[in-house]
Amino acid sequence: MNSYLEATARERLARVFDPGSFQEFLPPSARVVSPHLGQLNAPVAFDDGVAVGRARLDGRPVFVAAQEGGFMGGAVGEVHGAKLVGMLRRAIADAPDAVVLLLESGGVRLHEANAGLIAVSEVMRAVLDVRAAGIPVIALIGGANGCFGGMGIVARCTNAIVISEEGRLAMSGPEVIETASGVEEFDARDRALVWRTTGGKHRYLLGDCQVLVADSVAAFRAAALAQVAGATAVALTLSALEREQAQLTARLERFGHVREPMELWRALGVAAPEALPLLEADAFVAQVDALRLGGH
Amino acid sequence: MEHLTYIFQGGTRRLARPADVVGVVGSGNLEVLIEAAPLDGACSIDIATAAVGFGAIWEAVMTDFHARWQLMDVRIAINDMGATPAVVSLRLDQAVETILETP
Repeated sequence: MNSYLEATARERLARVFDPGSFQEFLPPSARVVSPHLGQLNAPVAFDDGVAVGRARLDGRPVFVAAQEGGFMGGAVGEVHGAKLVGMLRRAIADAPDAVVLLLESGGVRLHEANAGLIAVSEVMRAVLDVRAAGIPVIALIGGANGCFGGMGIVARCTNAIVISEEGRLAMSGPEVIETASGVEEFDARDRALVWRTTGGKHRYLLGDCQVLVADSVAAFRAAALAQVAGATAVALTLSALEREQAQLTARLERFGHVREPMELWRALGVAAPEALPLLEADAFVAQVDALRLGGH
Repeated sequence: MEHLTYIFQGGTRRLARPADVVGVVGSGNLEVLIEAAPLDGACSIDIATAAVGFGAIWEAVMTDFHARWQLMDVRIAINDMGATPAVVSLRLDQAVETILETP
């Protein structure tokens, strides 16, 4: 089995990084579980849905984290977030070649309310602190739960995002949009629409992701390695942020009125946008690389 | 949530490695944390399950498990979200096979 989508967080850690190299901080046997879920009479997980630690990627020392989408959709509770923050702060002290985040999360764990919200904001700050220390942070997104809410923001705080076609990246998830704005605005049961709007290919076309790969652990490993090996630690500067803000403003002005992603793809110059969802990753990248926003 | 504890005596096999976890706490699934522990030869199993009122079935599945593996000085902890007995047995066997001492 080589699917990244189908693998658990721990299977991904074992196979994306060098065999046997993952050393976990606060493993399940430490039993650092959510203090909130028990009060709500809800099941806990011994790792609170995230494994963090150090590993090697083709021999390079890296710090890593993997969120488990099977436990509460990978949602971030107080302990879950604190484990991410602790790993990121340790990375600043130990100066590995990079931090690689295997993200799969619906965002904040609503059961934990403000504690979860604060945890996610602390993760954002910690990611930026790691980058400010000159250590690149790479996000991999290819789990069934996608990467939404606060963790979607965390992903966009990193140096680079590697995503599969099956991966999704957004702020509000489809059901949230439908609940808040009505089924006329967004039909969350229309899976093709959901993937056209939040899926990896659309994100790649919009320039929100740096690399699009097929759904395979080997492809994610190779892409992560290329990012770690080639990533020049991008300094966080005011001018770079202002440049990105200008790009986003221009994107909104150009496409803000578009109702359907395929219209946007056509406007970018894609000749047959209806064919894009059916293309394999390599063929897709070959066709759109020169057209996509934020490309090189 | 319901908490259940079972303790079995008379096992003969120890674990080779200190601890491991298999499975994920999700709907119809469970995680099993298995650890070597000095328990005077006993095998202790602690269960936290979201499905209340199935103690008799848990006891039958755990008794079968102990008969199958005969573990000693082992502590097992389970977080369950309504897994069926077959899934429980499967995860327990996976956990043991992951770290049982090879003879």
